[in-house]
Amino acid sequence: VTSYIGMKRTLDRRDFMRLSALSLGAGALLRFSPASAALRDHFQHRNGESPSPFSIVQLSDTHVGFSGPPDPLGTKAFERAVDVINALDPQPDLVLFTGDLTHDSEDAGEHARRMRTFRDIAGRLRARKRFYVPGEHDAALDGGALFGEHFGESRYSFDHRGVHFIALDNVSSGRPAVGAAQIAWMKKDLARYGHDVPIVVFTHRPLFDLKPEWEWFTTDGDQVMNALAPYRSVTVLYGHIHRAHHHTNGSAQHHAARSLIFAFPDPEATAEKKALPFDAAAPFRNLGVRVASAPAPLSINDVELTVREIGGTEGVQQLLKGGAA
Amino acid sequence: MIPFLVSLIVMMSTPDTRVVEIHAKRFSFSPDTVTLKRGEHVTVRLISDDRAHGLLVKPLGIELDASPNAPDEISIVAPAQAGTYPAICDHYCGMGHGGMKMQFAVE
Repeated sequence: VTSYIGMKRTLDRRDFMRLSALSLGAGALLRFSPASAALRDHFQHRNGESPSPFSIVQLSDTHVGFSGPPDPLGTKAFERAVDVINALDPQPDLVLFTGDLTHDSEDAGEHARRMRTFRDIAGRLRARKRFYVPGEHDAALDGGALFGEHFGESRYSFDHRGVHFIALDNVSSGRPAVGAAQIAWMKKDLARYGHDVPIVVFTHRPLFDLKPEWEWFTTDGDQVMNALAPYRSVTVLYGHIHRAHHHTNGSAQHHAARSLIFAFPDPEATAEKKALPFDAAAPFRNLGVRVASAPAPLSINDVELTVREIGGTEGVQQLLKGGAA
Repeated sequence: MIPFLVSLIVMMSTPDTRVVEIHAKRFSFSPDTVTLKRGEHVTVRLISDDRAHGLLVKPLGIELDASPNAPDEISIVAPAQAGTYPAICDHYCGMGHGGMKMQFAVE
Protein backbone atom coordinates (compact mmCIF):
# COMPACT_ATOMS: atom_id res chain seq x y z
CA VAL A 1 0.00 0.00 0.00
CA THR A 2 2.81 2.35 0.86
CA SER A 3 4.49 1.85 -2.48
CA TYR A 4 1.21 2.45 -4.31
CA ILE A 5 0.63 5.74 -2.55
CA GLY A 6 4.17 6.79 -3.25
CA MET A 7 3.75 5.89 -6.87
CA LYS A 8 0.51 7.75 -7.14
CA ARG A 9 2.21 10.90 -6.00
CA THR A 10 4.97 10.67 -8.55
CA LEU A 11 2.89 9.81 -11.61
CA ASP A 12 1.78 12.68 -13.74
CA ARG A 13 0.07 13.03 -17.10
CA ARG A 14 3.31 12.62 -18.98
CA ASP A 15 3.73 9.14 -17.50
CA PHE A 16 0.59 7.79 -19.01
CA MET A 17 0.26 5.67 -22.07
CA ARG A 18 1.12 7.63 -25.11
CA LEU A 19 -1.20 7.09 -28.01
CA SER A 20 0.02 7.85 -31.49
CA ALA A 21 -2.67 8.05 -34.09
CA LEU A 22 -2.26 7.61 -37.81
CA SER A 23 -5.54 8.05 -39.56
CA LEU A 24 -5.09 6.15 -42.77
CA GLY A 25 -8.36 6.83 -44.40
CA ALA A 26 -8.23 3.08 -44.54
CA GLY A 27 -8.79 3.41 -40.82
CA ALA A 28 -6.57 4.59 -38.06
CA LEU A 29 -3.44 2.97 -36.77
CA LEU A 30 -2.89 3.70 -33.12
CA ARG A 31 0.20 2.81 -31.14
CA PHE A 32 0.30 2.63 -27.38
CA SER A 33 3.59 3.09 -25.59
CA PRO A 34 4.08 3.15 -21.84
CA ALA A 35 5.91 6.39 -21.29
CA SER A 36 8.10 5.42 -18.33
CA ALA A 37 9.54 2.50 -16.42
CA ALA A 38 7.73 3.87 -13.37
CA LEU A 39 4.43 3.38 -15.12
CA ARG A 40 5.25 -0.19 -16.12
CA ASP A 41 6.13 -1.01 -12.52
CA HIS A 42 3.00 0.72 -11.37
CA PHE A 43 0.68 -1.37 -13.52
CA GLN A 44 2.57 -4.54 -12.73
CA HIS A 45 1.83 -3.81 -9.11
CA ARG A 46 -1.78 -2.76 -9.63
CA ASN A 47 -3.17 -5.36 -12.01
CA GLY A 48 -0.38 -7.83 -12.60
CA GLU A 49 -0.08 -6.94 -16.27
CA SER A 50 2.77 -4.71 -17.26
CA PRO A 51 1.94 -2.54 -20.28
CA SER A 52 4.10 -2.86 -23.33
CA PRO A 53 4.01 -1.08 -26.68
CA PHE A 54 1.43 -2.27 -29.15
CA SER A 55 -0.66 -0.97 -32.00
CA ILE A 56 -4.27 -1.24 -32.98
CA VAL A 57 -6.14 -0.40 -36.15
CA GLN A 58 -9.56 1.20 -36.23
CA LEU A 59 -11.79 0.72 -39.27
CA SER A 60 -15.19 2.28 -39.62
CA ASP A 61 -18.25 2.68 -41.78
CA THR A 62 -17.57 0.13 -44.47
CA HIS A 63 -21.30 0.10 -45.38
CA VAL A 64 -21.12 -3.20 -47.24
CA GLY A 65 -24.08 -3.28 -49.62
CA PHE A 66 -24.19 0.47 -50.22
CA SER A 67 -24.72 1.42 -53.82
CA GLY A 68 -24.89 4.99 -55.01
CA PRO A 69 -23.15 7.88 -56.73
CA PRO A 70 -20.86 8.88 -53.82
CA ASP A 71 -19.11 5.53 -54.17
CA PRO A 72 -19.77 3.29 -57.17
CA LEU A 73 -16.94 0.98 -56.16
CA GLY A 74 -18.76 -0.93 -53.45
CA THR A 75 -16.37 -2.81 -51.19
CA LYS A 76 -13.18 -1.92 -53.09
CA ALA A 77 -12.01 0.61 -50.50
CA PHE A 78 -12.62 -1.85 -47.68
CA GLU A 79 -10.72 -4.57 -49.54
CA ARG A 80 -7.85 -2.22 -50.19
CA ALA A 81 -7.76 -1.29 -46.52
CA VAL A 82 -7.45 -4.96 -45.64
CA ASP A 83 -4.48 -5.28 -48.00
CA VAL A 84 -2.82 -2.20 -46.50
CA ILE A 85 -3.25 -3.49 -42.98
CA ASN A 86 -2.05 -6.97 -43.88
CA ALA A 87 1.19 -5.46 -45.16
CA LEU A 88 1.96 -3.70 -41.88
CA ASP A 89 5.00 -5.01 -40.07
CA PRO A 90 4.61 -5.62 -37.21
CA GLN A 91 0.96 -6.50 -37.41
CA PRO A 92 -1.44 -4.64 -35.11
CA ASP A 93 -2.47 -6.53 -32.00
CA LEU A 94 -6.12 -5.59 -32.39
CA VAL A 95 -8.49 -4.42 -35.10
CA LEU A 96 -11.52 -2.46 -33.94
CA PHE A 97 -14.51 -1.86 -36.21
CA THR A 98 -16.59 1.10 -35.07
CA GLY A 99 -19.92 0.41 -36.71
CA ASP A 100 -21.91 0.64 -39.93
CA LEU A 101 -20.22 -2.50 -41.08
CA THR A 102 -23.14 -2.94 -43.47
CA HIS A 103 -25.71 -0.78 -45.19
CA ASP A 104 -29.20 -1.72 -44.07
CA SER A 105 -31.83 -3.34 -46.24
CA GLU A 106 -35.58 -3.71 -45.74
CA ASP A 107 -35.05 -7.33 -46.73
CA ALA A 108 -33.63 -9.17 -43.71
CA GLY A 109 -32.22 -11.89 -45.94
CA GLU A 110 -30.35 -9.35 -48.02
CA HIS A 111 -29.04 -7.62 -44.90
CA ALA A 112 -27.79 -10.96 -43.59
CA ARG A 113 -26.03 -11.56 -46.89
CA ARG A 114 -24.29 -8.19 -46.53
CA MET A 115 -23.15 -9.14 -43.04
CA ARG A 116 -21.69 -12.36 -44.37
CA THR A 117 -19.88 -10.45 -47.13
CA PHE A 118 -18.47 -8.09 -44.52
CA ARG A 119 -17.32 -11.02 -42.43
CA ASP A 120 -15.67 -12.65 -45.44
CA ILE A 121 -13.66 -9.51 -46.25
CA ALA A 122 -12.74 -8.81 -42.62
CA GLY A 123 -11.73 -12.47 -42.35
CA ARG A 124 -8.89 -11.82 -44.80
CA LEU A 125 -7.12 -9.72 -42.17
CA ARG A 126 -3.98 -11.35 -40.82
CA ALA A 127 -4.66 -9.81 -37.42
CA ARG A 128 -6.86 -12.35 -35.68
CA LYS A 129 -8.14 -10.29 -32.74
CA ARG A 130 -11.03 -8.35 -34.24
CA PHE A 131 -13.74 -6.55 -32.32
CA TYR A 132 -16.98 -4.99 -33.49
CA VAL A 133 -19.64 -2.53 -32.40
CA PRO A 134 -22.77 -1.84 -34.46
CA GLY A 135 -23.77 1.32 -36.27
CA GLU A 136 -27.37 2.35 -36.83
CA HIS A 137 -27.29 0.84 -40.32
CA ASP A 138 -26.40 -2.52 -38.77
CA ALA A 139 -28.73 -2.60 -35.83
CA ALA A 140 -31.31 0.17 -35.52
CA LEU A 141 -34.13 -1.41 -37.53
CA ASP A 142 -34.18 -4.76 -35.74
CA GLY A 143 -32.84 -3.81 -32.32
CA GLY A 144 -29.50 -5.42 -33.06
CA ALA A 145 -30.83 -8.95 -33.66
CA LEU A 146 -29.00 -9.59 -36.94
CA PHE A 147 -25.80 -7.98 -35.67
CA GLY A 148 -25.95 -10.24 -32.62
CA GLU A 149 -26.32 -13.33 -34.79
CA HIS A 150 -23.23 -12.47 -36.82
CA PHE A 151 -20.95 -10.63 -34.40
CA GLY A 152 -22.10 -11.42 -30.88
CA GLU A 153 -22.58 -8.96 -28.04
CA SER A 154 -22.70 -5.26 -28.84
CA ARG A 155 -21.35 -4.21 -25.44
CA TYR A 156 -18.43 -5.84 -23.69
CA SER A 157 -15.02 -5.12 -22.25
CA PHE A 158 -11.61 -6.71 -22.16
CA ASP A 159 -8.03 -6.00 -21.11
CA HIS A 160 -5.04 -5.92 -23.40
CA ARG A 161 -1.49 -5.26 -22.19
CA GLY A 162 -2.52 -3.00 -19.36
CA VAL A 163 -5.21 -1.10 -21.27
CA HIS A 164 -8.91 -1.62 -20.55
CA PHE A 165 -11.15 -1.61 -23.65
CA ILE A 166 -14.89 -0.96 -23.48
CA ALA A 167 -17.26 -1.50 -26.43
CA LEU A 168 -20.42 0.59 -26.20
CA ASP A 169 -23.58 0.29 -28.28
CA ASN A 170 -25.22 3.67 -28.93
CA VAL A 171 -27.41 2.66 -31.87
CA SER A 172 -29.46 -0.50 -31.25
CA SER A 173 -32.30 1.30 -29.49
CA GLY A 174 -32.84 3.23 -32.72
CA ARG A 175 -31.96 6.47 -31.00
CA PRO A 176 -28.51 7.98 -30.47
CA ALA A 177 -28.37 6.72 -26.91
CA VAL A 178 -26.35 4.41 -24.70
CA GLY A 179 -29.20 3.93 -22.25
CA ALA A 180 -29.40 3.69 -18.47
CA ALA A 181 -28.86 -0.08 -18.31
CA GLN A 182 -25.68 0.03 -20.38
CA ILE A 183 -24.31 2.99 -18.41
CA ALA A 184 -24.95 1.10 -15.16
CA TRP A 185 -23.14 -1.91 -16.65
CA MET A 186 -20.20 0.31 -17.65
CA LYS A 187 -19.95 1.86 -14.18
CA LYS A 188 -19.90 -1.59 -12.61
CA ASP A 189 -17.24 -2.68 -15.09
CA LEU A 190 -15.11 0.40 -14.39
CA ALA A 191 -15.37 -0.03 -10.63
CA ARG A 192 -12.87 -2.89 -10.84
CA TYR A 193 -10.16 -0.54 -12.07
CA GLY A 194 -8.08 2.19 -10.50
CA HIS A 195 -8.26 5.65 -12.00
CA ASP A 196 -4.78 5.28 -13.41
CA VAL A 197 -5.65 2.42 -15.77
CA PRO A 198 -5.77 3.65 -19.39
CA ILE A 199 -9.25 3.28 -20.85
CA VAL A 200 -10.17 2.96 -24.53
CA VAL A 201 -13.86 3.20 -25.38
CA PHE A 202 -14.96 2.30 -28.88
CA THR A 203 -18.42 3.06 -30.15
CA HIS A 204 -20.19 4.30 -33.27
CA ARG A 205 -21.56 7.76 -32.63
CA PRO A 206 -19.62 10.60 -31.01
CA LEU A 207 -20.16 10.79 -27.25
CA PHE A 208 -20.30 14.59 -27.34
CA ASP A 209 -22.39 17.15 -29.21
CA LEU A 210 -20.35 17.43 -32.38
CA LYS A 211 -23.24 18.43 -34.67
CA PRO A 212 -26.63 17.40 -33.23
CA GLU A 213 -28.63 18.67 -36.21
CA TRP A 214 -26.67 16.19 -38.33
CA GLU A 215 -27.24 13.50 -35.69
CA TRP A 216 -23.59 13.66 -34.72
CA PHE A 217 -24.11 13.20 -31.00
CA THR A 218 -25.27 10.75 -28.35
CA THR A 219 -28.09 12.02 -26.21
CA ASP A 220 -26.67 10.60 -22.97
CA GLY A 221 -23.03 10.81 -24.00
CA ASP A 222 -22.38 13.27 -21.18
CA GLN A 223 -23.41 10.62 -18.65
CA VAL A 224 -20.91 8.21 -20.17
CA MET A 225 -18.14 10.80 -20.08
CA ASN A 226 -18.99 11.81 -16.51
CA ALA A 227 -18.54 8.18 -15.46
CA LEU A 228 -15.16 8.16 -17.22
CA ALA A 229 -14.07 11.55 -15.88
CA PRO A 230 -12.11 10.22 -12.88
CA TYR A 231 -9.87 8.17 -15.18
CA ARG A 232 -6.71 9.94 -16.11
CA SER A 233 -6.24 8.51 -19.59
CA VAL A 234 -9.40 8.02 -21.66
CA THR A 235 -9.50 7.56 -25.43
CA VAL A 236 -12.78 7.33 -27.32
CA LEU A 237 -12.68 5.88 -30.84
CA TYR A 238 -15.78 6.32 -32.95
CA GLY A 239 -17.02 6.49 -36.53
CA HIS A 240 -20.37 7.60 -37.97
CA ILE A 241 -19.23 11.02 -39.23
CA HIS A 242 -17.24 9.69 -42.21
CA ARG A 243 -14.32 12.02 -41.66
CA ALA A 244 -11.34 12.31 -39.34
CA HIS A 245 -11.97 14.43 -36.28
CA HIS A 246 -10.13 14.96 -33.01
CA HIS A 247 -11.60 16.46 -29.88
CA THR A 248 -10.31 16.90 -26.35
CA ASN A 249 -12.51 17.23 -23.30
CA GLY A 250 -10.77 17.11 -19.94
CA SER A 251 -8.64 13.98 -19.81
CA ALA A 252 -10.55 12.38 -22.66
CA GLN A 253 -9.44 12.32 -26.28
CA HIS A 254 -12.07 11.60 -28.94
CA HIS A 255 -11.02 10.37 -32.39
CA ALA A 256 -13.22 9.70 -35.38
CA ALA A 257 -11.99 7.43 -38.18
CA ARG A 258 -12.73 8.04 -41.80
CA SER A 259 -15.26 5.96 -43.65
CA LEU A 260 -14.42 3.33 -46.24
CA ILE A 261 -17.33 4.19 -48.51
CA PHE A 262 -17.64 7.99 -48.87
CA ALA A 263 -16.88 11.14 -46.91
CA PHE A 264 -19.08 13.79 -45.37
CA PRO A 265 -18.05 17.46 -45.51
CA ASP A 266 -16.82 19.62 -42.66
CA PRO A 267 -19.97 20.84 -40.86
CA GLU A 268 -18.19 24.10 -40.10
CA ALA A 269 -17.84 24.75 -43.83
CA THR A 270 -21.26 23.79 -45.12
CA ALA A 271 -24.85 23.80 -43.93
CA GLU A 272 -25.93 20.70 -45.80
CA LYS A 273 -25.04 17.17 -44.80
CA LYS A 274 -24.38 15.69 -48.18
CA ALA A 275 -21.78 13.10 -49.15
CA LEU A 276 -18.78 14.45 -51.00
CA PRO A 277 -18.95 13.49 -54.67
CA PHE A 278 -16.98 10.60 -56.09
CA ASP A 279 -13.82 11.65 -57.88
CA ALA A 280 -13.07 9.25 -60.71
CA ALA A 281 -9.60 10.74 -61.07
CA ALA A 282 -8.81 9.81 -57.48
CA PRO A 283 -11.18 6.99 -56.56
CA PHE A 284 -9.53 6.35 -53.22
CA ARG A 285 -9.11 9.99 -52.40
CA ASN A 286 -10.44 9.47 -48.92
CA LEU A 287 -7.87 6.76 -48.37
CA GLY A 288 -5.20 9.40 -48.43
CA VAL A 289 -3.10 9.43 -45.33
CA ARG A 290 -3.77 11.75 -42.50
CA VAL A 291 -1.38 11.83 -39.58
CA ALA A 292 -2.50 13.52 -36.41
CA SER A 293 -0.57 14.42 -33.29
CA ALA A 294 -0.75 16.82 -30.31
CA PRO A 295 0.93 17.30 -26.91
CA ALA A 296 1.28 14.37 -24.51
CA PRO A 297 -0.35 12.15 -23.46
CA LEU A 298 -1.97 12.06 -26.86
CA SER A 299 0.36 13.24 -29.58
CA ILE A 300 -1.27 14.36 -32.77
CA ASN A 301 0.12 16.00 -35.92
CA ASP A 302 -2.37 16.69 -38.63
CA VAL A 303 -0.84 16.23 -42.04
CA GLU A 304 -2.94 15.44 -45.05
CA LEU A 305 -1.24 13.75 -47.95
CA THR A 306 -2.53 12.64 -51.29
CA VAL A 307 -2.42 9.06 -52.41
CA ARG A 308 -0.03 9.97 -55.20
CA GLU A 309 2.49 11.58 -52.88
CA ILE A 310 2.48 8.84 -50.34
CA GLY A 311 0.03 6.06 -50.29
CA GLY A 312 -0.72 2.41 -49.81
CA THR A 313 1.52 0.08 -47.89
CA GLU A 314 4.70 1.87 -48.85
CA GLY A 315 3.31 5.18 -47.68
CA VAL A 316 2.21 3.80 -44.37
CA GLN A 317 5.59 2.21 -43.72
CA GLN A 318 7.31 5.50 -44.58
CA LEU A 319 5.15 7.28 -42.07
CA LEU A 320 5.87 4.74 -39.37
CA LYS A 321 9.60 4.96 -39.99
CA GLY A 322 9.27 8.71 -39.89
CA GLY A 323 8.25 8.38 -36.28
CA ALA A 324 4.93 10.12 -36.47
CA ALA A 325 4.18 11.28 -32.93
CA MET B 1 -53.08 9.39 -7.92
CA ILE B 2 -50.08 11.71 -7.43
CA PRO B 3 -49.12 11.84 -11.14
CA PHE B 4 -52.75 12.61 -11.95
CA LEU B 5 -52.78 15.51 -9.47
CA VAL B 6 -49.51 16.85 -10.86
CA SER B 7 -50.93 16.73 -14.38
CA LEU B 8 -54.09 18.44 -13.21
CA ILE B 9 -52.11 21.21 -11.52
CA VAL B 10 -50.00 21.71 -14.65
CA MET B 11 -53.13 21.92 -16.81
CA MET B 12 -54.75 24.42 -14.45
CA SER B 13 -51.65 26.59 -14.26
CA THR B 14 -51.29 26.87 -18.04
CA PRO B 15 -54.82 27.23 -19.37
CA ASP B 16 -53.73 28.97 -22.59
CA THR B 17 -51.17 26.44 -23.67
CA ARG B 18 -51.60 25.56 -27.30
CA VAL B 19 -51.09 21.98 -28.37
CA VAL B 20 -49.24 21.48 -31.61
CA GLU B 21 -49.58 18.01 -33.09
CA ILE B 22 -46.94 16.78 -35.47
CA HIS B 23 -47.44 13.54 -37.37
CA ALA B 24 -44.41 11.47 -38.33
CA LYS B 25 -44.39 8.93 -41.11
CA ARG B 26 -41.49 7.56 -43.06
CA PHE B 27 -39.82 9.85 -44.15
CA SER B 28 -41.57 13.15 -43.45
CA PHE B 29 -43.28 15.24 -40.81
CA SER B 30 -46.69 16.87 -41.17
CA PRO B 31 -46.81 19.79 -40.96
CA ASP B 32 -43.28 20.46 -42.10
CA THR B 33 -43.27 23.93 -40.53
CA VAL B 34 -44.66 24.98 -37.15
CA THR B 35 -44.91 28.67 -36.37
CA LEU B 36 -44.67 29.84 -32.76
CA LYS B 37 -45.06 33.28 -31.24
CA ARG B 38 -42.13 34.62 -29.27
CA GLY B 39 -42.46 33.58 -25.63
CA GLU B 40 -45.48 31.39 -26.37
CA HIS B 41 -46.25 28.47 -24.07
CA VAL B 42 -46.88 25.46 -26.23
CA THR B 43 -47.14 21.70 -25.94
CA VAL B 44 -45.52 19.85 -28.80
CA ARG B 45 -46.99 16.39 -29.38
CA LEU B 46 -45.38 13.86 -31.71
CA ILE B 47 -47.66 11.19 -33.18
CA SER B 48 -46.25 8.32 -35.19
CA ASP B 49 -48.33 6.93 -38.02
CA ASP B 50 -46.17 3.93 -38.88
CA ARG B 51 -43.09 3.08 -36.79
CA ALA B 52 -40.87 4.65 -34.15
CA HIS B 53 -39.73 8.21 -34.90
CA GLY B 54 -37.97 10.95 -33.02
CA LEU B 55 -38.21 14.72 -33.07
CA LEU B 56 -35.12 16.62 -32.03
CA VAL B 57 -34.68 20.40 -31.74
CA LYS B 58 -31.92 20.85 -29.18
CA PRO B 59 -32.06 24.67 -28.97
CA LEU B 60 -35.76 24.47 -28.06
CA GLY B 61 -35.33 21.58 -25.64
CA ILE B 62 -37.48 19.29 -27.78
CA GLU B 63 -36.45 15.64 -27.69
CA LEU B 64 -39.38 13.33 -28.37
CA ASP B 65 -39.67 9.66 -29.28
CA ALA B 66 -43.02 8.26 -30.44
CA SER B 67 -44.26 4.89 -31.62
CA PRO B 68 -47.67 3.95 -33.07
CA ASN B 69 -50.29 4.33 -30.31
CA ALA B 70 -47.62 5.82 -28.05
CA PRO B 71 -47.33 9.57 -28.75
CA ASP B 72 -44.81 11.67 -26.88
CA GLU B 73 -45.09 15.33 -25.88
CA ILE B 74 -43.30 18.14 -24.12
CA SER B 75 -44.31 21.63 -23.00
CA ILE B 76 -41.93 24.44 -23.89
CA VAL B 77 -41.76 28.21 -23.94
CA ALA B 78 -40.78 29.60 -27.34
CA PRO B 79 -37.65 31.77 -27.37
CA ALA B 80 -37.98 35.52 -26.96
CA GLN B 81 -36.09 36.09 -30.21
CA ALA B 82 -37.40 35.31 -33.66
CA GLY B 83 -35.64 32.64 -35.61
CA THR B 84 -35.84 29.36 -37.49
CA TYR B 85 -34.97 26.09 -35.79
CA PRO B 86 -34.42 22.95 -37.89
CA ALA B 87 -35.83 19.70 -36.53
CA ILE B 88 -34.83 16.15 -37.41
CA CYS B 89 -36.00 12.63 -36.77
CA ASP B 90 -33.39 11.13 -34.47
CA HIS B 91 -34.85 7.63 -34.29
CA TYR B 92 -33.40 5.71 -37.22
CA CYS B 93 -36.31 4.66 -39.40
CA GLY B 94 -34.83 3.43 -42.68
CA MET B 95 -33.11 4.48 -45.87
CA GLY B 96 -34.74 7.91 -46.12
CA HIS B 97 -34.20 8.74 -42.47
CA GLY B 98 -31.49 11.31 -43.16
CA GLY B 99 -33.91 13.46 -45.11
CA MET B 100 -36.69 13.44 -42.51
CA LYS B 101 -36.72 17.07 -41.41
CA MET B 102 -39.05 19.96 -40.53
CA GLN B 103 -38.65 23.35 -38.89
CA PHE B 104 -39.96 25.58 -36.15
CA ALA B 105 -40.32 29.25 -37.03
CA VAL B 106 -40.49 31.70 -34.11
CA GLU B 107 -42.02 35.04 -35.09
